[in-house]
Amino acid sequence: MNTPTTPNGGYSAANEVTQVKARRTFLENAWRTLKTAPPTAWFGMVVITCYLIVAIFAPWLAPYGEAEIFPMAYAPWSDEFRLGTDALGRDVFTRLIYGARNSIGIAVATTLLAFLIGGSLGLIAAISRNWLDQVLSRFVDVLMAIPSLIFALMLLSIFGSSAINLIFIIAVLDATRVFRLTRAVALNVVVMDYVEAAKLRGEGLGWIMRREILPNIMPPLVAEFGLRFCFVFLTIAALSFLGVGIQPPTADWGSMVRDNAGLIQFAEYDLTAALTPMIPAAAIALLTVAVNFVVDWFLHQTSGLRDEH
Amino acid sequence: MSTNENKVLLTMRDVHIEGYSDDRWHPIIKGVDIDLKRGEILGLIGESGAGKSTLGLAAMGFARPGCKFTGGSIEFDGIDLLGLSSAQLQALHGSRIAYVAQSAAASFNPAHRLIKQTVEATVAHGISSLTTAREDAIQLYRDLQLPDPENIGERYPHQVSGGQLQRIMTAMAMSSRPDLIIFDEPTTALDVTTQVEVLTAMRSIVEQYNTAAIYITHDLAVVAQMADNIKVLRYGETVEDAPVREMMSDPKEAYTKSLWAVRAIEKSPQPKVDSILKINQVHASYGNSVKVLNDVNIKVPRGQTLAVVGESGSGKSTCARVITGLLPPLQGEILFNGEPLPTSLNKRSKKQLQSIQMIYQMADTAMNPRHTVRDIIGRPLSFYLGLTGQARDQRVMELLHLIELDESFLDRFPSELSGGQKQRICIARALAAEPELIICDEVTSALDQIVQEGILQLLLRLQQDLGITYIFITHDIATVRAIADQVVVMFQGKVVEQGDKETIFNPPYPEYTELLLSSVPEMDPDWLTQLTEKRAAAASLEA
Repeated sequence: MNTPTTPNGGYSAANEVTQVKARRTFLENAWRTLKTAPPTAWFGMVVITCYLIVAIFAPWLAPYGEAEIFPMAYAPWSDEFRLGTDALGRDVFTRLIYGARNSIGIAVATTLLAFLIGGSLGLIAAISRNWLDQVLSRFVDVLMAIPSLIFALMLLSIFGSSAINLIFIIAVLDATRVFRLTRAVALNVVVMDYVEAAKLRGEGLGWIMRREILPNIMPPLVAEFGLRFCFVFLTIAALSFLGVGIQPPTADWGSMVRDNAGLIQFAEYDLTAALTPMIPAAAIALLTVAVNFVVDWFLHQTSGLRDEH
Repeated sequence: MSTNENKVLLTMRDVHIEGYSDDRWHPIIKGVDIDLKRGEILGLIGESGAGKSTLGLAAMGFARPGCKFTGGSIEFDGIDLLGLSSAQLQALHGSRIAYVAQSAAASFNPAHRLIKQTVEATVAHGISSLTTAREDAIQLYRDLQLPDPENIGERYPHQVSGGQLQRIMTAMAMSSRPDLIIFDEPTTALDVTTQVEVLTAMRSIVEQYNTAAIYITHDLAVVAQMADNIKVLRYGETVEDAPVREMMSDPKEAYTKSLWAVRAIEKSPQPKVDSILKINQVHASYGNSVKVLNDVNIKVPRGQTLAVVGESGSGKSTCARVITGLLPPLQGEILFNGEPLPTSLNKRSKKQLQSIQMIYQMADTAMNPRHTVRDIIGRPLSFYLGLTGQARDQRVMELLHLIELDESFLDRFPSELSGGQKQRICIARALAAEPELIICDEVTSALDQIVQEGILQLLLRLQQDLGITYIFITHDIATVRAIADQVVVMFQGKVVEQGDKETIFNPPYPEYTELLLSSVPEMDPDWLTQLTEKRAAAASLEA
């Protein structure tokens, strides 16, 4: 242990004892963290990676075109149509692959937009803490008081169910939750002296938001992003199932469940036919479970809780 | 009682404790011995991080989560504490060994009455019945000179003052008549005027019941009043070990001597100069509640240091907030270089903001933990002076040298700096703006003696070289004596007096200034006894 003295015995501030963490690159750090991940987190990450690969390379992986129609409606599982065809004669396997791209893509876009809206308004409210905070918070309270699925149905029937409308409406509704979380965690940071120091320096709102507060509240926001994504994904699937979500001919898992739901009653004649609507439903369930596993692990990592030694 | 006299109560031999951080175990305590007889008080003294608190808890056979014992033995009255199960330890804690924490406010449950919490452990351990324990608690309150001892226990924690709460916590610890009490910095969070009362009460009750105690503090003058023996710790090792008087009069080790030598700074009287800042008849309050500042008039001499002293709640920090524009005053004006400053922060020009900088008490929270030293010092440079790239880095490096640090600190995060280094970086950040006036809000009170001295010397040198004016807010009179040119004494939102250091610190004093000055502990083991006698005599004279 070194002491705060120079070789000739005088006091030196530079030599006061401190521990400097070893400087590692981002990749080294990521690998160190990954090595300690529990099996559930690994499972989640592998599943998410598979989904992403399928979503990105859909046109190359799928045997047919997304809306290609064959003259055989309700064809059974075969070598030609891996999971059969639907009521219009479209290959279910192909649509399942394209569905990954559409469902996940729209859910990610919606979640990002929700964070952009909710996050920035939440930060502004936390920093200003005046009438603006009151107005925003009460407005959010009102929005949250209305059951969101019914509200979404109403707005979609007013504005029409295009993909863009869907993204905007769900993003605004979900932004309320993001707003509350961001405001709550940012309030803890806003009272810190370094934020006051930035205000005294004369820094603008943008700097205080981006440079002083945001880096300090990232972990809970990233975790919330995962959870929010799950909810958005499920909401979109539910809306599609109800027929107001993603519209045909765009392939989507929610509407695939609905389109083929009738096949379940044929279970006693052909088990594979009854499985057809289950597969997109299972795809939805697997992805949400996987994301939750990863989020759980991430939250544990960043919570600062120590395992007992 | 007499059979127990001089019997050894606690023996710790070659204790080693390690703590876990950064994926490995680090030694915290490296082989410390303690011998404590019944009725004896041992003072543990050292800088933060020396391992004082860890050692105090170890005397209870307890290691904090993330810490473990790796060697040595701890024997309490014939019992091997390290060999006990956690249930057996729990039976000892609160009955035979008690603990008084630094922050009483954080240690009481706000939802229960004080007396209930005072007797809780005693009753739970089956030492006495609820009725006798309550009667006993009232007796303890009386012994501790609490006001209205019969009824004060019926109050809730927020209904009594910090000093009273700390004394009630002592009563809680004494309730089971333990053989050993660990005091962990019990008066550090208190004002000097309150500290005297609490120290007196604690000392008399520990003497009265012949309890052994370990008293942990970083304040030498305080420990001199309380302890029989002093043990100086540093980096988890014993530096020196001696009876109080022997250590005060004849310290052996260089490190111990350096603790004594503090406040050797002397500042010669400065010539009269004009005022850089004038506060005229300022009134201020938070919300619509009571006035925190009441008709405050202060003049700050250019290129010199104005110290603002007073206990907490006297309006010192509010004064700083009014000057910086964070809290617009209800009425009154602030003149800077003869021109009125806009009262609110938003209306001030960049030039005005640049010329008044602030340094905070807690350097930990004053720097963004996600910014490196380069960002922290560099930001005022690019914001006020428009420096970028190489020129900016060059200036950051110059500033680092100015505060006696070097290039190796450029890419460190605040968590990788010691307390003193953090405060130096904060000073560099203020200097980077090239200000005319720096407001220092209790900048040294969170630091250890030896580090404090370094910071104060740095501030003085910077003043001489750069001609900066300081407003130095503090409750520490020793600091004021060392660096101030002029002094303002505040009490309950009013200025009691302003004048040269020599005038303020020499009689005749206004009543409050005298109380404040006489309450500052001195490096003399008899100081508290003499003060108590003097005050008692004065009180009886009045009666």
